[in-house]
Amino acid sequence: MTKVVVGAGSCGIAAGAQKVYDALHAALRDVSSAELKITGCNGMCFLEPIVDLYDGAGALTRLVRVSENDAARIAEAVKREDVSALADLVIDPEDALFLEKQTRIALRHCGVIDPEDVEDYERTDGYQAIRKVLSSMTPEEVIEQIKISGLAGRGGAGFPTWFKWNAARESAGDEKYLICNADEGDPGAFMDRAVIEGDPHGLIEGMLIGAYAIGAKEAIVYVRAEYPLAIRRLEKAIRQAEEKGYLGEHIFESDFSCKMRIKAGAGAFVCGEETALIESLEGSRGMPRLKPPFPAQAGYWHKPSNINNVETFANVAWILLHGGEAFAAMGTEGSKGTKVFALTGKIRRGGLVEIPMGKTLRDVIFDIGGGIRDGKTFKAVQMGGPSGGCIPASLLDTVIDYKALGATGAIMGSGGMVVMDEDTCMVGMAKFFLDFTAKESCGKCVHCRLGTKRMLEVLTRIADGNGKDGDIELLEELCASIKDGALCGLGQTAPNPVLTAIRYFRDEFEAHIKDKTCPAKECTALVSYAIDPEKCIGCTKCARGCPVHAIDGAVKQPHTIRADICIKCGKCAENCRFGAVEVR
Amino acid sequence: MDCSCSAAHSDLTLLSPVLDTYAGVKGSLITVLQKAQEIYGYLPQDVLEHIAQRMEIPAAKILGVATFYTQFRLKPVGKYLIQLCKGTACHVNNSDLIEKTITETLGIHDGETTEDGLFTLKNVACLGCCSLSPVMMINAETYGSLTPDKTREILRTLAQNAEKGATV
Repeated sequence: MTKVVVGAGSCGIAAGAQKVYDALHAALRDVSSAELKITGCNGMCFLEPIVDLYDGAGALTRLVRVSENDAARIAEAVKREDVSALADLVIDPEDALFLEKQTRIALRHCGVIDPEDVEDYERTDGYQAIRKVLSSMTPEEVIEQIKISGLAGRGGAGFPTWFKWNAARESAGDEKYLICNADEGDPGAFMDRAVIEGDPHGLIEGMLIGAYAIGAKEAIVYVRAEYPLAIRRLEKAIRQAEEKGYLGEHIFESDFSCKMRIKAGAGAFVCGEETALIESLEGSRGMPRLKPPFPAQAGYWHKPSNINNVETFANVAWILLHGGEAFAAMGTEGSKGTKVFALTGKIRRGGLVEIPMGKTLRDVIFDIGGGIRDGKTFKAVQMGGPSGGCIPASLLDTVIDYKALGATGAIMGSGGMVVMDEDTCMVGMAKFFLDFTAKESCGKCVHCRLGTKRMLEVLTRIADGNGKDGDIELLEELCASIKDGALCGLGQTAPNPVLTAIRYFRDEFEAHIKDKTCPAKECTALVSYAIDPEKCIGCTKCARGCPVHAIDGAVKQPHTIRADICIKCGKCAENCRFGAVEVR
Repeated sequence: MDCSCSAAHSDLTLLSPVLDTYAGVKGSLITVLQKAQEIYGYLPQDVLEHIAQRMEIPAAKILGVATFYTQFRLKPVGKYLIQLCKGTACHVNNSDLIEKTITETLGIHDGETTEDGLFTLKNVACLGCCSLSPVMMINAETYGSLTPDKTREILRTLAQNAEKGATV
């Protein structure tokens, strides 16, 4: 019997996994020795769609970049129990190292089990941690194990999980809530989506343990609406868990009862902030509350509530099964365990990477991610999204640790790592993030609402070549007042992308302001287009495609661009097959 | 909510099962608005007023919530809703060029709908498919690793499908 497993996370499906699945379903109809299954994202997004073949002995052959046209020969190979004819699809050994170099705890089931099959989860120690907890541990003992593990909030702030659990436990009252923050709003981070899509029962089990620890009878998962597949799989998993008795009354015949429901977000970045999330759960505009009181004292409907991120919960069942010490054995003095990063941008091997804390940025980007693609040079890595910053090449040996990353001016954040090469303009990057925060500011605090808008205006004029002396200092001043004047964590950290860009790439800002040039040649207003007469063969394609007829030249003669007419739309560069159009 | 632009009357009975379930449930306003939008395709004014009456929530608060979250629309959208990802990874991989291609091909900017009512363009924050950037989602389908040519091809195919009367 061969198990044929198609990786069907959102990204796999976008790359064509559903078509591959459908084609395999048809092709394998008559092959009785095959079982077709799906699994979540294994994190090797750069190789999607992926099909794993497990033979009778469990040995794995991994096929990558599979197309629906390959289904017939895959079925044939499965039937013959001989995969030698699929050699061209088998993963390159060097690419396979991407997974082999990782240590997977939060992602332990992603890409391994079928997320829609609770029995698949049960076969991998599923629901054994909550069984152990309910049969042999007090809530205090659970919190103690989490304390020993050193687990800290993986959503960005890095606050010790045990402390929050303990505070909610010690709060007076019978009615308490456990909430999972799955409003993964950080652009460039998608580990929470992968966990929910790939291991929804793992999340449910982690939340159950948390609910038991704080004394909650109701658990809520706040998922962003942009993740329809995650919502569907989690709904299915909750139904299965209810049927199996893992959710509901007297779980494992104990006194512990807990129900769980999903609340779909409606699209607001600020709802990743826990008090804004609570407002949204209550049906209001997601505007942050003043703290204290903290949610542990007065959260959802002003009852004691505890909110953790998806990845935090994904570690919990593992910690309770293996003990807090096993988790704490990994990592650094101040940051324990592993962390998942979403590696994207101009990287050769992009995807999800889970490694123990204490590795360096270089390990992740170059050793695992394979460095920059297309032979370009590494320029910076953006970490922490709109609350983080860009870390330059000189700091690539920075250790992955909350404190060490914080010292660079960026933050660990939720784990987005967007890699940039020499073609990315840092003024443009700062402008991109301010455009984001200005749009997403909830409007409650003046400094955030207006400050980000003013900063965006300054950055826009710098990028447009209208920057003035003193603009950098003006930006710094605005940054300082937003940090001081904003109520919530997202507002206070909104200036970080600009501050780090100025700190490490000040010369680029000055080039824009003083020399009116964009060193990365990205800011349209500051570049010009020209045709290299050596490379141009006079095919006329660029001239025919130019919307403003700014290109002159006879057939088979080098063409020229009239700068006074050119609108810098880039169409000629897009159309030229000889690379003759240069951006200067 | 005083508006003279439309005297359209929505079929409010369609919303009755939703309101029967949720009208009395504390904190369920966003869920009700989401379900209303699923039914009508957007949030018409008379529907919002009806929700206000049934849930006994001030209409001003409902409009406040409906305008706060990007998911909610106060105007109808085209048959194909293009959600173009403007997340960091897509930005680094030139999603601006894809936006320009869509604008040139369809003649619409962010938030606008084509005159034939076929396409609406909406820029969104991260769709979470960063490794396939640049990405867009059209109705329920996600398209990754976009180039200007690929984008034009997708839009052309959808327009042809619409002519033939098919859906996505």
